[in-house]
Amino acid sequence: MTTTAADPEAYQTVFDAALAADERIEPRDWLPDAYRASLIRQMAQHAHSEIIGMQPEANWITRAPSLRRKAILMAKVQDEAGHGLYLYSAAETLGTSREELLDKLHSGRQKYSSIFNYPTLTWADVGAIGWLVDGAAITNQVPLCRCSYGPYARAMVRICKEESFHQRQGYELLLTLSRGTPAQHAMAQDAVDRWWWPSLMMFGPPDDASAHSAQSMAWKIKRHSNDELRQRFVDICVPQAEALGLTLPDPDLKWNEDRGHYDFGPIDWEEFREVLRGNGPCNAQRMSQRRRAHEEGAWVREAAAAYAAKHGKAEA
Amino acid sequence: MTAALALGDDALVLSHRLGEWAGHAPVLEEEVALANIALDLLGQARVLLSLVGDEDELAYLREERAFRNCQLVEQPNGDFAHTIARQLYFSTYQELLYDRLARGDSPFAPLAAKAVKEVAYHRDHAEHWTLRLGDGTPESHKRMRRGLEALWGYTGELFEPIEGCEVDWAALGEEWLARVTSALHRATLTVPEGPRRGAWAAGAGRQGLHTEPFGRMLAEMQHLHRSHPGASW
Repeated sequence: MTTTAADPEAYQTVFDAALAADERIEPRDWLPDAYRASLIRQMAQHAHSEIIGMQPEANWITRAPSLRRKAILMAKVQDEAGHGLYLYSAAETLGTSREELLDKLHSGRQKYSSIFNYPTLTWADVGAIGWLVDGAAITNQVPLCRCSYGPYARAMVRICKEESFHQRQGYELLLTLSRGTPAQHAMAQDAVDRWWWPSLMMFGPPDDASAHSAQSMAWKIKRHSNDELRQRFVDICVPQAEALGLTLPDPDLKWNEDRGHYDFGPIDWEEFREVLRGNGPCNAQRMSQRRRAHEEGAWVREAAAAYAAKHGKAEA
Repeated sequence: MTAALALGDDALVLSHRLGEWAGHAPVLEEEVALANIALDLLGQARVLLSLVGDEDELAYLREERAFRNCQLVEQPNGDFAHTIARQLYFSTYQELLYDRLARGDSPFAPLAAKAVKEVAYHRDHAEHWTLRLGDGTPESHKRMRRGLEALWGYTGELFEPIEGCEVDWAALGEEWLARVTSALHRATLTVPEGPRRGAWAAGAGRQGLHTEPFGRMLAEMQHLHRSHPGASW
């Protein structure tokens, strides 16, 4: 999109026409303040989720039961830090900075995905996170590859490729456990039982209660509603669970011939709201570890800045 | 094969220590860098241990007296400067050693030829942080000095000959000292004083004599694997 118009209303007209034509909005283009603010909020929350999301999995790096699995898990956690970096960079094209965004995360003014407030209690949780949590993330994120804001869409293309890889590895981890000893099978089932409902909550509140959805769809940031994506995810997961030899913890889950979809039971939205309010099982722990890493690293960042000031950035 | 076990255990144990940093690093770039180094080392460990036997049996079913890593790599992470000091000492050593092994005709030559490129990056990373911390702020200078001093006593062991590694260990030790000295001077730091080995500790890790934190590290690393005998993962 190129902006050549001279007065503000003409800018808006050009912006609207670009959206209507499915063109990409780029950092140098004029864009409405509310669009900018909404994107910063969403991209920051997305970046924060990558960073906080390292914690539940890193919890098992030192206990991974084989060297192959340990290498896979380390690579995955490393990728998540990389995704955080892409997303902070993409958000910076909108005129904010990583420091500012991290500050908002640390002070609780910006959120991260509710899913990362659940604990990883067994090794199988690493597999359940790969299969279900990354699976839900991919279902959410693939449409973002066509999002109207260019830098975000391009970041998502790269991220989705890596996420798909992680998801397959998580699935394969669970499959190995499911086909392993009875104790391993039970471990896998227990993990799926604990992660299923929180994964469905990752798509956000139901459409009639979603504050940002309509506007985000009008701006072509979002392409599908929360409930549409959630349904798509359930439809994908049911046959995968059967192939795994594991069950999903929902007695109401059954194929609906008329709809051509799986029906599923009610989500505990009260639990969802409590987790968002900060009362999930790990909210305090996740935030305190993040703040501690940042605070304890302050002297390192100060040293790097002092060194760069003395010697010039090129040398640092 | 003593040498493959010694070099493999070095890489395995240091990789584990670096893995403990995940989610705790001072900047995001270091989350990536430390995990990257840990992964390189884990890859080296897997190749080396596989020359000896089953990598998982060796990693998860030996007790601490059977590990042959040097004591330097098992030292707890401490603060970031402590980790960087450990990394500077070890990666400088590893680069010099692998460079020599790559040019020899030992069974490790192919691995060393590949790994020396990774290790050169590790050494470069450690040197750059040594510069930034040493020549950064008074606080970072103090912490870097402390890390270097705390680990100095474990560096002598690096040059105890390893059976099966046909290198000139004395020359390796001299070159190591020259390189570390040069890096520290550029970082406005000095080489620590004091002995590089204790009366008891000379070559100890290579003989399966370790420091106390190592047993706890292994307990964490091995507990899940040991809890499910015979299972595959």
